[in-house]
Amino acid sequence: MREQLVRNLRAAYARLWVRIKGGNREPEWLIAELIIPVLTLSAYVYLYQMLKAPDKYVGFVVVGGTLIAFWVNVLWNMSAQFYWEKETGTLEAYFVAPISRMAILLGIALGGMVNTVIRAVAIFAAGILLFHVPLVITEPWTAALLFLLTIIALYALGMLFASLFLLYGREAWHTANLLQEPVYFLSGSYFPTSSLPFAVQLVASFIPLTFGLDAMRRVIIEGQGFVDIWFDIVALVIFILVLMPLARYALKFMENLSKKEGRLTLRWQ
Amino acid sequence: MPYSVETREIVRKFKAKENPVIALDKVSLQIEEGEIFGLLGPNGAGKTTLIKILSTLLLPTSGEAYVGGFSIVKEPEKVRRVISLVSGGETPGYGILSTSENLWFFSQLYGLSSSAAKEKIKLLLKDLGFEEYAKTRMSKLSTGYRQRLNLARGLLNDPKILFLDEPTLGLDVLTSKKLRGYIVDWAKRERKGTVLLTTHYMAEADEMCDRVAIIDRGRILACDSPLTMKENLKANVIMKVEVSSVQADFDFMEKMKDVVGYSQTRSIQTDTTTLKVIVRDEATFSKITSKLEQQKLKILSVNKAEPTLEDVYISLVGRGFEEQEAENSA
Repeated sequence: MREQLVRNLRAAYARLWVRIKGGNREPEWLIAELIIPVLTLSAYVYLYQMLKAPDKYVGFVVVGGTLIAFWVNVLWNMSAQFYWEKETGTLEAYFVAPISRMAILLGIALGGMVNTVIRAVAIFAAGILLFHVPLVITEPWTAALLFLLTIIALYALGMLFASLFLLYGREAWHTANLLQEPVYFLSGSYFPTSSLPFAVQLVASFIPLTFGLDAMRRVIIEGQGFVDIWFDIVALVIFILVLMPLARYALKFMENLSKKEGRLTLRWQ
Repeated sequence: MPYSVETREIVRKFKAKENPVIALDKVSLQIEEGEIFGLLGPNGAGKTTLIKILSTLLLPTSGEAYVGGFSIVKEPEKVRRVISLVSGGETPGYGILSTSENLWFFSQLYGLSSSAAKEKIKLLLKDLGFEEYAKTRMSKLSTGYRQRLNLARGLLNDPKILFLDEPTLGLDVLTSKKLRGYIVDWAKRERKGTVLLTTHYMAEADEMCDRVAIIDRGRILACDSPLTMKENLKANVIMKVEVSSVQADFDFMEKMKDVVGYSQTRSIQTDTTTLKVIVRDEATFSKITSKLEQQKLKILSVNKAEPTLEDVYISLVGRGFEEQEAENSA
């Protein structure tokens, strides 16, 4: 039991290490991952300034542009990860090893979080410095807790997607593409979701990022505290509690199904 | 004492547009501890399917299999603790990481402490002769060195049972020879280590294996030591004939009951065909040469050959590997 736990922790740490090492060894990537989000963010800021929108909208955009980096990472580097591992031939090694597949997903998720935090902090700092966004943080610990819960919920969703994508061939790429823009829109990355119709808001409430973004803006731009955003915190905790076991179950189910269908290591389907 | 690897009537079917494809058809094998066992067959014979089932990557449609005494269906976690799989032609890790970084990463999947892993990696790099590439990124390694890395990865956990799926695929003669030598040394040195090797290189199976099973279209046709298999063929006559023209037609031999089997290699450059034919007696061979002459083919050379594993295959299937591969892929 203890031996198994140690092995899984080592595997998770090793996968995290690969992700951090791989993600930062070629600085060209780092530059592209910083410049592109800042450009997108700038476009929205200039648009709001041209429309003479209230100043807090600029803050909304900077927070949205920062957190959306995590969604991009979850989608491309987490959800589609098993598909890429299958294509490159490393998936086989994971599934032959005496480790929990969740340990690998955990390592991928933690590595992705660390990498994206580096990028997100840089994007946030650039946004704040370039557009002079006034921050009003009255409860830093609430902000920290909220941020942590948001990214855990997001990566739990990523783990679920990764499990579901296990059976996928090239469709994984298309599905990731299909999910990217609607989530940008529904979660209110560059505008408050309160401006969306009720039915759309209802759909958006199934995305953890929607709660995280909304609460984060209120806490660091509008200076609200725990009592104002407790509902969002509860929602994020529920997301985590539901998504994690669901990811585990989905992974087990998909692994079994792909072994039955012979698609676990079959490439270029 | 249980066998190191045992399969009982394993069947594996794959869904297809029309009829299901039967990749394995009631395969039963027993492999002893410490044995180097070869699974020899053309591409598409079912070798990789069997190795994937035994390494818990694929479920059988029916039948039972035990690896290290554990059921591959009911106790896959226990199976994974005693095995390792090396697939020829596979990417052995992450291109952005160096050789030793990749090996360290894979060692962690088997719970090795970092210091034990580093020691093991150093030893494997030395034994496999690529210490100087320890810090080279995997993406910059040649095919031969990638395959060494692949093998090193497979040996990190000191497996009791090592599955090698076409370990020398695409490698040059020298590298193949070196890797084959290392695998045999490893198995003999460890002595407890069992190796199940799939290959479609006859010489590889002949050189490395204690026993060989010949597999074709998912069925085991024969299983014995290479020597015994070849000995059993000595009752027949094996002739190698070179004839002019690539247009030579050998279909007439299908109707000759004393022809056990034949294979042909056509060379467009020299406009010749080399025929290898196994006959029950030399008189049958005289009939063949006269038939060839009737086709106005010039017989360039005739040699009597010693049996090889390829001849064993021809005697069992009726044709050579290449012809069978062409038929399997059609």
